Parts: sequence; structure tokens; C-alpha cells
Amino acid sequence: MTDIAALPPTRAGLHGNYLSAGHTVASWLFTTDHKRIAILYIASTTLFFFIGGAAATLIRIELFTPDSGILTADGYNRVFTLHGVIMVFFFLVPVVPSTLGNFLLPLMIGARDVAFPKINLLSWYLSIAGGALALYSLLAGGIDTGWTFYTPYSSIYSNSFVTATAAGIFVAGFGSIATGLNFIVTIHTLRARGMTWFRLPLFVWSLYATSLIMLLATPVLAMTMVLIIAERVFGIGVFDPERGGDPILFQHLFWFYSHPAVYIMILPGMGIVTEIITCFARRRVFGYEFMVYALIGIAVIGFFVWGHHMFVSGQSGYASLVFSFLSFLVAVPSAIKVFNWTATLYRGEITFPAPMLYALGFVGLFTLGGLTGLFLASLPVDIHVTQTYFVVAHFHYIMVGGMVSALFGGLHFWWPKITGKLYSDSFARFAAVLMFLGFNFTFFPQFILGYLGMPRRYHAYPPEFQVWNVLSSAGAVILAAAYLMPLGYFAWSFLWGERAGSNPWDATGLEWQTASPPPEHNFEAPPQVPEVPYDYHPGRESARD
Amino acid sequence: MNEFRFFPQAASSDAPQTDAIYFGLVIVSGAVVLVVATLIVVFAIRYRRGTRVGRGAASSLASREFEIGWTLATLLAFLGIFSWAAAQDFVQLRPPPPGALAIDVVAKQWMWKTQHPGGQSEINSLHIPAHQPVRLLMHSQDVIHSFFVPAFRVKKDIVPGHTEELWFEATTPGTYPLFCSEYCGTDHARMLGDIVVMAPQDYGRWLAGQPQGDDLAKAGEGLFRELGCSGCHGENARVRAPPLAGLFGRPVPLSDGRIVVADEAYIRDSILLPKKDIVAGYEAIMPSFSSRLDEGDLTKLVAYIRSLAAQGAGP
Repeated sequence: MTDIAALPPTRAGLHGNYLSAGHTVASWLFTTDHKRIAILYIASTTLFFFIGGAAATLIRIELFTPDSGILTADGYNRVFTLHGVIMVFFFLVPVVPSTLGNFLLPLMIGARDVAFPKINLLSWYLSIAGGALALYSLLAGGIDTGWTFYTPYSSIYSNSFVTATAAGIFVAGFGSIATGLNFIVTIHTLRARGMTWFRLPLFVWSLYATSLIMLLATPVLAMTMVLIIAERVFGIGVFDPERGGDPILFQHLFWFYSHPAVYIMILPGMGIVTEIITCFARRRVFGYEFMVYALIGIAVIGFFVWGHHMFVSGQSGYASLVFSFLSFLVAVPSAIKVFNWTATLYRGEITFPAPMLYALGFVGLFTLGGLTGLFLASLPVDIHVTQTYFVVAHFHYIMVGGMVSALFGGLHFWWPKITGKLYSDSFARFAAVLMFLGFNFTFFPQFILGYLGMPRRYHAYPPEFQVWNVLSSAGAVILAAAYLMPLGYFAWSFLWGERAGSNPWDATGLEWQTASPPPEHNFEAPPQVPEVPYDYHPGRESARD
Repeated sequence: MNEFRFFPQAASSDAPQTDAIYFGLVIVSGAVVLVVATLIVVFAIRYRRGTRVGRGAASSLASREFEIGWTLATLLAFLGIFSWAAAQDFVQLRPPPPGALAIDVVAKQWMWKTQHPGGQSEINSLHIPAHQPVRLLMHSQDVIHSFFVPAFRVKKDIVPGHTEELWFEATTPGTYPLFCSEYCGTDHARMLGDIVVMAPQDYGRWLAGQPQGDDLAKAGEGLFRELGCSGCHGENARVRAPPLAGLFGRPVPLSDGRIVVADEAYIRDSILLPKKDIVAGYEAIMPSFSSRLDEGDLTKLVAYIRSLAAQGAGP
């Protein structure tokens, strides 16, 4: 009959959780809680995702017919540039580290917060300021250089809002750098007792590899943007040949960032998928150490392959051979990861809720995206298909088929932890299957278009390309539905969903050992880590084998 | 709308090799996708929750051997594909054969200008003979463009300020699309052309039937006098400047000790950026002509100097 006996089973109810810690706008905008900052990022990146998605919709409508349709040439050029700039710099690069990464990293290593909570909030404001500049240039009249900003078009010839956009990317870049720094320090210094390097969940390892790239590569992008602005505004000849500059220098600088950035856009997805597959196969990850080395290997070799974007630029043919060789090399660790995910299923006890379907979809789409990367690494084939829809299809398989599938898988996996609510698994599974089918329907035809020779960035095209474009546009309708569906059932779940327990998937990992949603300070008592990660089948081997 | 087409026409000597590598990669990728997909489906069915199958741990030794095995296998397979593709690329890296037909290409927003050695010029089209190597010397007047002929499987960016070379040999007469494949602004999608491949005798007839444009080199000679070049480089000049007769295609010693070959790029640079390469024994007194010449004039001047190669080729 004591008070203690009357305690509710979850302690969160007693102490409150991070969501109930404050209800004012200020309690959100000035929070330093990594979980609340993650929610801020979820709001902002979702906004950018749907702005970029609206632009993609316009592109696919325009390309339904060979002639100029709903958009003028200039209108189309602005729309595809907007799509690329928003999706790459303001959605794909920040999205997983800043949303799921921010929310989960401290929980997964048993910390109270990231190392520098105030800098964490600063990162969000920088990304918002950068995004606002980019949106300003959109509203003021748009930008028409393509997301790659090739000079001298961007620095001299374009009559659009290049400077504001470049400034936006510059500012947002510092948000990336600060996040990378924050994560690296957090992982080095704030691990719980017993959480050794080789007990880190692979999602944490993937964030570590990603943070290294963000920290080392983003400054080069920032510098490149400054040089564009310097040439455009002050007439300092850096890239313009008429003032003694070299347009190819820009491409080296740009791709020195933007190729590693491709790995920023896939490594965290690999981490998410590993968490999901192990949980629903009830199996330890196959070859944990190799998975770690593969992540680090991709991050390191990824810095030395940028020249494969420039095989037809007039770069030395011998340099191209070296870049081709290194590009084949960087594909090896990616292949290892695919084999390991597959082998993790072996002898598992597999169930197929929505996160698992997204994760398996990721493996399929990533495999196709990775294999078509080999085509682009092979010089003679690249010469034919670079600058065509083949490249468009390839990187969408990696960045959208791969990363966005992983993101959706991760959101479905950790939704009960983040909100404390359950969602409708049947709707979610339907959306996952729809996304896989719609994605292939949209982007597979583009491989064929590319080998046929249809160049990118054409608002009008010869009629012989129409069949495949119509298929692609039709697939995009399905894909759009699959992306919109979660908005509905997630909203429903948040408002009226059943309560999730602290560990609805029966998963290992420290984040599942605290309440859902977690309390403000994450853990009531400092957690301890006695075991390797993904300890899903302890002892069973002796019982059954 | 037309029928489903999976494959572009092939009309150059490069196309079969590129296609062979492409098909090789399609087969390898198809096999990998098949194996991975089959394994995932089989495991997903066999090891779904509730089935009564063995689920013991594989020994850690076996797992390590698997890892090393498939890492090495993947590495070797990738190296194999790389060497195959690179060997083909080495073939494409080789310099154009000496008898190649040299054609000047100027790209600008948003059109293609081409000019044959005899001065016949075309806009947004190019007639070439089949079975003869063709060497393009390409310049851009503004931004980066890219010369892309899908049927030939060739592509090359044309970077302003650079002289870009591309050579190929067409094999099948016909008309093939030319695209600008590097985004270049508003009408990028309208920067199209036709490559008309003709049997050699038809090409000769076509050339003869063109309006007899001023021969490129002859036009260049006129400019050479008009612009005052002959005042220094001419035979009776008072200023001491390097003689141009017999210069083209020969090595030139420079004042800083380097030796360069006087090719098109060198001649262009010497006209536009005369301070860049100073010929040994001469003073750097030539002014830059970059503000007084457009791409067309430059092409004519270079053609004129090229035509002097046969003259006075003294030691």
C-alpha cells in the first residue's frame, strides 16, 4: 500500500518526456535537446522534400510530350535546377544525419545529449537561413544553372539568381560542418560504459563515416561557392577563360566535394538498413567488422574518385584511367555490404513489417544503382552515357531508391520511439511496396533512354524518345502516391494511434531500453553495455542446432 | 509515339566495342541481381518466422572465409571489367591517323557551325564521308557545350578557351542526330544538328556542289594583311618576329627552355595570349588579338598559317 507500489509501469509517465517538456513555440525554437532539434529538422526537411517533389512533378508533366508543354524553356531550366538544388543541398545531404541521426545518436551510445547541444541548434538555424536564401531566389525569379553550377555559364552568362543560391548553399554548408564535428566529438567522448568501438551499432558507424566526409569536404564546396560569387559579383577571373580563368578548375573543386557528398547521401541509409534487417531477421549482422571497414573504406576511397565526373571534359586520358580504376575499387566495399545484408537473412526468423519491406527494397534498388555505377566507371561506356538519362537514372537509384527508401524505413522503424505511438502496419506495408514498384516504373525506363542517347536537361526532345518518357511519367504518379501516403497514416497515428511500449519491435540497442517517447535526459540511470550489438539469437544455436 | 526501341543505331568504328562492353556489363549485372534477388527471396521464404528449419549459428571461421572469399572475388571481377574497358579506351586515346579529314567546329549559344577544309561551311549540320577518319577541332564562343552523336558513341565537351579534339570514323551512310549534351542555357534542348554520313564519292559531289565559299586559308590570308600581322611576320617586315612559313607541325624552342609543337592550339594561344609562349631569341612585343577576333576569324587565321606549312620548310 505504499506510493511506490502504485508507480505506473513506465517511468516516463511520471517524469514526462521530451515532447511534454514544453508546449510554447519558444520551447521548440530555443531548445538544445537533440530530440527536439531532430523534430525541427524533420519539419524543415519534410518541407524541402515536398518543394523539391513538386518541382519533380512539373518536370515529369513537361516530359510527357516531346514538344514544349506546360513550361517554357527558361521555366523548365529553373524547375530542374530548383529540384536539384533543394533535393541535394537541403534535403538529401542533411536529412538522415540531422533527423534520425540527431534523435538516435545520443540514445544509441547511451549519452544524455550530443557533445555541443547549442552548436546543434545553431546548425539548424544555419540550415534554415541557407534554405531561406535558396527559397528567396526561387520566389524572386529562380535560378537556371543546374545544381552543378558549371562555369562560365553560372559565373558569367546566367541571368538568374545564382548569387543568392550560392550564398544559401554556403551558409547551409556550415550547418553540415558543425553537425559533422558535433557527431564526431560525441561518438569519441560520450559513449556509455562498455560501449567500445566495436560494440557501436552500425548506424552510429555510418554517421561517423558520414561526419568525416561532411567535416572534410564541405569546406571545399563553401570555398567554391565563394569563388563563383567573387567572379559573378566582383569580376575576379577565376573560372572565366576571357579573364584568364579555367572552367575546368571549377569542375575539379565542385566534384571534389560533390562526389564524397554522394556518399553523405548513402552511408547513413546503409546504417539504417542494417539496424532494420538485423531486428526483423532476429539475427546478428553477418560480418560486423567487415561492415565497419566497408563504411570507412567507402568514405576514404570516395575522396579520390571525383574525376569520373569529367571523363569527357578534356581531362587527361591517363588521369581518366586512374579515376576509372579507383571508381571500380570504391564499388567493392558496397558490394560487400549487399552480400552481408543478404547473408544476415540466412537462418534468421524473419518477419515483414513495413520497416523491413523498405529495407529489403533498399537492398534491391541500391544493388541496381551500384551495378549501373560500374557502367559509368567504364570509360568507353561512360563517354556514351554521361550527360544522358542513364546518369539521371543511376543516381536516382542510389539517392532516391536507396537513401529515401532507407529514410522511410528508418522513420517507420523508430516512429514508435520518437512519438510513442503505433501506426497502421497494413497501410505502411502497402506504401512500401507501392514505393518500390513506382520507383522502378519511374526510373528504369530512364536507363534505356540514356543508352538511346537522350541528353539530360532537355525540356523538348525528339519524338523517338517519347515512349519511355511516358512510362517514366506514369510511374512518377505511383511514386508520388507512395510518398504522400505516410503523411496521412503518420498524422493519424500521432493524434489517435495506440501507445507503443518502450520496445515494440523487441529490438536490441540502447535506444529501445528507455521509454517511448524518451524522457528529456534520455535515460533514468546511466546504461551499461555488456554485449556485442544485434544480440538477437543468444544461446539459441546450442538449443536448436 | 512510336514503337519501343531499346538500342540506338550504331554507325561508327567505336560503336561495336562500346556496345560489347555495355552488353558484357548488362550480363554481369543481370547475373548479380539474379543471384542476390534469388537468395533474398529464398531466405525470406525459408527462414520466415514459424518455419521449422535449422537456425544455428554458422561458425565464425566460415563467416570469415566467406567474407574474404567474396571480397576477393568481387575485387577480381571488377579489376577484370576495368582492364577490359581500359584496353578499349587506350584504343580511343590514340592520336588520329595523319590522313584524317580536319573539320572546324564552333559551338555557341545555341547553334553549331562547321567548316570543311575547302571553306564550305554549314550550320547545325555536318556532312562527312564514310570510312574515312574525321578529326574535329572544336571551339566554344561562350559557355561549355558538348558534341554528342549517340550513333557514333562519342562525346566531347567543348570548353571555352580550350581547343578540343575528337576523332571518329563513320561506317554507315545515313543521317544521325547531333545533340549538345552539356547544359548551356535557355535553348540547350534546341541546340541540335544532323550528321550526314555519305559514301565517299557522294561526299565529293556534295562538296563540289556547295556555294564556292572563300577558301578558309585564302580568307585567312586577307585577314593576316588587314589586321597588320604581315607588318611583323611578313617577308619584308622591319620588326623582328618569328617567320611563319613552314612553322606548322614543327617543334618550336621557347625562351624558357621548353619545346612545343606548333599545332592549332599553339597557334591560337600565340594569337590570343602571345605572352604565354615566347619563342627563343625573340622579344615579347606582340599584342594580344583576343578582343579583335571572333571564333570564325581565328579559325581562318589558323587555317592560313596551317597552309604555310608546305612553304619554305628550311632546316
